[in-house]
Amino acid sequence: MPHTSATEELEIIEGRGGAKPPSDAAGDGDGPIGSGSAMPQRIYVTGITVAMAGILMFFMAFVSAFIVRKGVGTDWHAFPLPRILWLNTLILLASSVTMVRAQRLLARGDRRGFGHWWAVTTILGVLFLAGQLIAWRQMVASGFYLATNASSSFFYVLTAAHGLHLLGGIVALLYVGRGKLRRLTFATATEVTSLYWHFMDGLWVFLFLLLLLGR
Amino acid sequence: MSSHATTVHHSEAPKGWLRHYIFSLDHKIIGTQYILLGLSAVTIGVILSVIMRIHLAWPNVHIWGFANGVVSPEDYLRVITMHGTLMVFFVLTTVPQSGFGNYFLPIQIGAPDMAFPTINMLSFWVTFLAMIVLVSSAFVPGGSAISGWTSYAPLSAVGVIAGPGQGLGQTLWIVSIALFCGASLMSAINFLGTTIDLRTKGLSLMRMPLTVWGWFITASLALLAFGVLLAACILLLLDRLAMTSFFIPSGDMVSGVLLKHAGGSPLLWQHLFWFFGHPEVYIAILPGMGIISHVLSTFSRKPVFGYKAMVYSLSAIGFLSFMVWGHHMFISGMSPYSGLAFSILTLVIGVPSAIKTFNWLGTLWGARIQFTSAMLFAIGFVSVFVTGGLSGIFLAQPALDLYLHDTYYVIGHFHLIMGVAAIFAMFAATYYWFPKMFGHMMNETLGKIHFWATFVGVYCIFMPMHYLGYAGDPRRYSSIESVHYLFALQPVYKFISIAAFVTATAQLFFYFNFFWSIKHGKPAERNPWRATTLEWSVPTPVPHDNFAGHYPTVYRGPYEYSVPGAADDFVPQDLAPEQVAKA
Repeated sequence: MPHTSATEELEIIEGRGGAKPPSDAAGDGDGPIGSGSAMPQRIYVTGITVAMAGILMFFMAFVSAFIVRKGVGTDWHAFPLPRILWLNTLILLASSVTMVRAQRLLARGDRRGFGHWWAVTTILGVLFLAGQLIAWRQMVASGFYLATNASSSFFYVLTAAHGLHLLGGIVALLYVGRGKLRRLTFATATEVTSLYWHFMDGLWVFLFLLLLLGR
Repeated sequence: MSSHATTVHHSEAPKGWLRHYIFSLDHKIIGTQYILLGLSAVTIGVILSVIMRIHLAWPNVHIWGFANGVVSPEDYLRVITMHGTLMVFFVLTTVPQSGFGNYFLPIQIGAPDMAFPTINMLSFWVTFLAMIVLVSSAFVPGGSAISGWTSYAPLSAVGVIAGPGQGLGQTLWIVSIALFCGASLMSAINFLGTTIDLRTKGLSLMRMPLTVWGWFITASLALLAFGVLLAACILLLLDRLAMTSFFIPSGDMVSGVLLKHAGGSPLLWQHLFWFFGHPEVYIAILPGMGIISHVLSTFSRKPVFGYKAMVYSLSAIGFLSFMVWGHHMFISGMSPYSGLAFSILTLVIGVPSAIKTFNWLGTLWGARIQFTSAMLFAIGFVSVFVTGGLSGIFLAQPALDLYLHDTYYVIGHFHLIMGVAAIFAMFAATYYWFPKMFGHMMNETLGKIHFWATFVGVYCIFMPMHYLGYAGDPRRYSSIESVHYLFALQPVYKFISIAAFVTATAQLFFYFNFFWSIKHGKPAERNPWRATTLEWSVPTPVPHDNFAGHYPTVYRGPYEYSVPGAADDFVPQDLAPEQVAKA
């Protein structure tokens, strides 16, 4: 229901979504079209879906640059792949599984169980990022810095870009886990977060394979 | 609290000047902010072109603001870089989409605001910051960048060693464009989310005004293109600041110094840049196409000829725009087979473009045209679009492009089709929507003087450039005085310059008309053009949440003009069917 805080103008959308549709004679239909009537909560799902398309293009630009740079450069040296990346990949895959588990529990109405598995997901996400930092240390230990070779340049660029995007996912996990939501319903917030999280997971698997096989 | 009370509660505008006008979440204020930002950018951009034209025609004339009044070749490159960057990013990309789109898309689809108002505000302020960073680069040691709006590597990648302006100035240029990319991505998400989910009851996709279609397709292009430029900017920054070698080749000797970078590919930058850059030119023009279709229909008092064909051709142009970036690189040594593929795909864009042109003419055909200022600029748009499009067919052939590449022919081509056409669309949009935005009419006499001076002026400026190109005159030369085979062209330079001064001066009519009419123009009624779309159904000024909680129902398409049996020669989209025939 409506807030009466100073930020009420932020809530324009909720005013139409959280509450019943406007009492306009035409506004009480529930057809697929009609923002006055349908659930505007879906804008957040649409928004994140659209955003993921943009993020995908951002990463594909790096990936195509990787392929071209490797193909045209005569100076490409493969770097030794930090072994911890295997573990990190497993951790991230596991986090997607725990997230699915959390959402199943939420669907059954088990808010406590949800909170538990949601927290596990968050911790796994943090562990992944910590593992990525260790991977950077391992790269440095084997003498591959950002500018050592184009291959290592791409390693740092791809992992950093993915890590920053994943950090955004962790912020979302913490925000939803705290449970104090303003504009989104709890169901929407978990759906939006999980879409993004699984996307980051899948994207990492792709990038890992690229680094593993393409370096 | 009842739902009705809730709606009324939420329709209150925020209090306080700062929240209302500066950090506003209202799409109309944000749209106006974008338009004013674009107006400042275009003002600087035009002043820079006047400086260029003075220098080109009279190279020895001293110009205020340059060291000893002398415009050095580097200074000239600085000026073209700033002119191009401001115009392409902060005018052509910003105003038709983020400016007019922000203002009118939510109203035209019957929504209270954009889907994500906070992100909308953030987009504007990041764009604003990007422009501050860009303009500030002119005041750092070494001055602003000299590598053009395309910032080709390795010139843009090697740093200050490549000349003044390639140090901090170039870094700031890249930072500015990276910020702009981020802002455009946020804005694109907002436009797409709003159009997909916030359309009012009855407003199916095929009932959306073509303006909304234009903004929607443009947002899709922006979403897919700006991320690529952002990635390219990051790699370029790393080459400059972290000694990586993405774009700098082995053995690159700059200013007598052998660089340590190795193995990079300057062509990689071109590919990444133009993969963004070609959709970018459609990001500049597609909103204009939507606006023009809208204005032509209104003042022809006829439905848009072939509405569905317009939608499909708009989508086809958007789709194809991602497959033709190679036509900017015909002389880069690409395989002739790639060149052929890019050439054919480029020529294919001519088909949907021709469909649009024929449909615009079809809309005008047999109409009792009302020659308002907005309509004149819309017709002018069709004219320059055709002229600029025809020269595009020449440039799309690799064999011809080998000769014409990087000549004034290209300058003439893209200024007409991208620059002038989009600017004409902005003028049409301003004259058309001004009554709704400010509650007053603009002066029509001044508007017509403005149109005719501008229309004749731009042809006098850009048509002769095609001849300069045929004569082999390369772009980016600060002076042709000492170039023997070009010297005979100097009279053409002078003609173009005089035309440019006259055209630039004619814009004063617009500035005066715009600012004077905000306060002193004839008061506008709610629907002065007797138009059909939803923005004309709301009061002027438009309330904070557009519809004060009473969202309209749409019963029909957007261009129902001169419908037989209807009481008026226009049937608004939200007019209930039983009321259509009433007097």
